[in-house]
Amino acid sequence: MKGVRHYPGFLALAVGCLVILYAPLAVVAAYSFNDSASITQWGGFSWRWYVDVFTGPEAERFGAAAWNSLTIAVLAATASTAIAVAAAVAMVRGGQFRGRTATYALINLPLMVPEIVTAVAALIFFTMVGITTGYLTILIAHITFCIPFAFLPIAARLSGIEEVYEQAARDLYATRAQAFWLILLPLMMPGVISGYLLAFIISLDDFIITNFVKGAGMETLPTAIFGSVKQGIKPNIMAISTMMLAVSVLFVTLSYIANRIGQKTRT
Amino acid sequence: MSTAIDVQNVIKKYGQSTALQGVSLAIADNEFFTLLGPSGCGKTTLLRCIAGFEDVTAGEIHLFGQNIASLEPNLRPVNTVFQQYALFPHMTVLENVAFGLRMKRVPPEARRARAGKMLEMVHLSSFADRLPAQLSGGQQQRVALARALAPEPKVLLLDEPLSALDLKLRQAMRVELKQLQEDTGITFIFVTHDQEEALTMSDRIAVMSQGRVQQIGAAREIYEAPVNRFVADFIGETNLLEVQVERVLDGIAQVILPGGHRLTCPAAMMAAGPASGAGRHHLSIRPERLRLTPSGPLVAEVERIVYLGTDLHLLARLQDKTAVTVRIQNNTREGLPAPGTWVTLTPEDGAARLLAD
Ligand SMILES: Nc1ncnc2c1ncn2[C@@H]1O[C@H](COP(=O)(O)OP(=O)(O)OP(=O)(O)O)[C@@H](O)[C@H]1O
Ligand SMILES: [Mg+2]
Repeated sequence: MKGVRHYPGFLALAVGCLVILYAPLAVVAAYSFNDSASITQWGGFSWRWYVDVFTGPEAERFGAAAWNSLTIAVLAATASTAIAVAAAVAMVRGGQFRGRTATYALINLPLMVPEIVTAVAALIFFTMVGITTGYLTILIAHITFCIPFAFLPIAARLSGIEEVYEQAARDLYATRAQAFWLILLPLMMPGVISGYLLAFIISLDDFIITNFVKGAGMETLPTAIFGSVKQGIKPNIMAISTMMLAVSVLFVTLSYIANRIGQKTRT
Repeated sequence: MSTAIDVQNVIKKYGQSTALQGVSLAIADNEFFTLLGPSGCGKTTLLRCIAGFEDVTAGEIHLFGQNIASLEPNLRPVNTVFQQYALFPHMTVLENVAFGLRMKRVPPEARRARAGKMLEMVHLSSFADRLPAQLSGGQQQRVALARALAPEPKVLLLDEPLSALDLKLRQAMRVELKQLQEDTGITFIFVTHDQEEALTMSDRIAVMSQGRVQQIGAAREIYEAPVNRFVADFIGETNLLEVQVERVLDGIAQVILPGGHRLTCPAAMMAAGPASGAGRHHLSIRPERLRLTPSGPLVAEVERIVYLGTDLHLLARLQDKTAVTVRIQNNTREGLPAPGTWVTLTPEDGAARLLAD
């Protein structure tokens, strides 16, 4: 069979896609180093907008938002990963229980539901229950929509681990809990790390849901950027965006590496 | 001798299919007991029921007189050497071997010493700090053995532990395993589908087929006095001839061979008596106990002679087209019949045996 590369027009199509996908990112990254205050005129290389992010007039606002984003991402990723591990063990090791397929669909539903719908629903829910919107509601919402992202790599890893290891542990006098903590969890670890990193980055990047449930005066980095951009794009936004991009790329790469290591140590 | 494991009428169903259809076995303490049978006959299932990974559908299993039905696997003084070894991939060889002791809360010093001794026993002391993935199949097999023996179980279950090894290693391990069992005095329940392995190592063998125990006995008993067609056919090679049974009395049968000759031979039929035994049944004669003779009760046409090193196999067909094999020692250079010629065959005294179906 001919490789896909030999189909006519493949090169043009590939280049077209790459340009559409990455040209804007490249422009943002490049112009974050622009010495000029204009966002269209190149005025030479400089770090000034990065300095501005940390010391400029908006530094305090962005600092607080970044701190919120970071703590929410850590907490949400931790909680959703823990829930995803429990769910994966139940789904993969629980045998054929009633409603198994339904449960599976339910866990992954947030991936399919349009984000705006989730956002509206979450807001309505919080209002109805009577929780004041703020840090806590953002955290709850993030935990919820991070679960499927954490679940997928963990469940995939777990279904590749033969049950015989847990049985060997039980056979050697380990209780169920010991078999889980000493044998199963370490074997699942590459999937768990990968799931955690994905959940972290999804939480860190989220805008729509956060914007709905954040309440007044509460900002995460994406909502703060959005708020700032509404008053016109300044180059410091490009610097922040570039830094977020770098963090995202780093985490996705780490997640990928964790998965790869997992495949190599596949049991 | 006391009974280590008593399996009573165990039935195991998986949904619609039945893996064990009423298995009963009594295994003595210190015995090397083998479960032998073709793939899918339920050997692993029985071991898993004993180890506690499966609940039995019906029946009981007693361990030294105690019903273990309600005991979790970690509370049963039974250890398993798994078919796939199942060494913990994230632990070193030493940690693997010490795992059972750690779970039993043996202090670190003592368990390191004991695990070290176990590794010495299986000649792997220098591999203590390696990971399982850095070992060969045979080495992994020995680690699995050391790991299962370290906590000093009362019974060791071994599920085809030698099947992944090459022939030379397998033969060496057979001797080692047998030696180990005699030295430790632990009851071994050894699963295999390799009859040679079963015959050379076991005190007693249970031959299984389709979820049932067909026969239990010492190697010699099973080989020389199989109770039914399945056992005769599965253990070693045999010639099965369809014969007309005239009568069976006190375990002695009178039958008519293909070709019309009468023969009196031992019968393994369960229900004796002239009426119940009569009809068409099968006679088993081992190839090494058929002789080429100037005259005899069986007449056959030679088809082929197969060279096997120390032996020759003479493949022939009776008048009714039944294939028969005669095993001849490879020391009679002259006088072998050519293909196409007719020869007469005589079973040795006591070699023919009437089988239940
Ligand atoms: N978990 C299960 N669910 C359904 N059927 C099963 C299960 N485990 C085993 N069986 C069936 O039970 C029967 C006995 O299987 P078992 O694994 O005990 O065979 P075995 O004698 O160990 O074979 P082998 O020599 O191939 O290991 C087989 O027909 C198998 O298909
Ligand atoms: Mg098996």
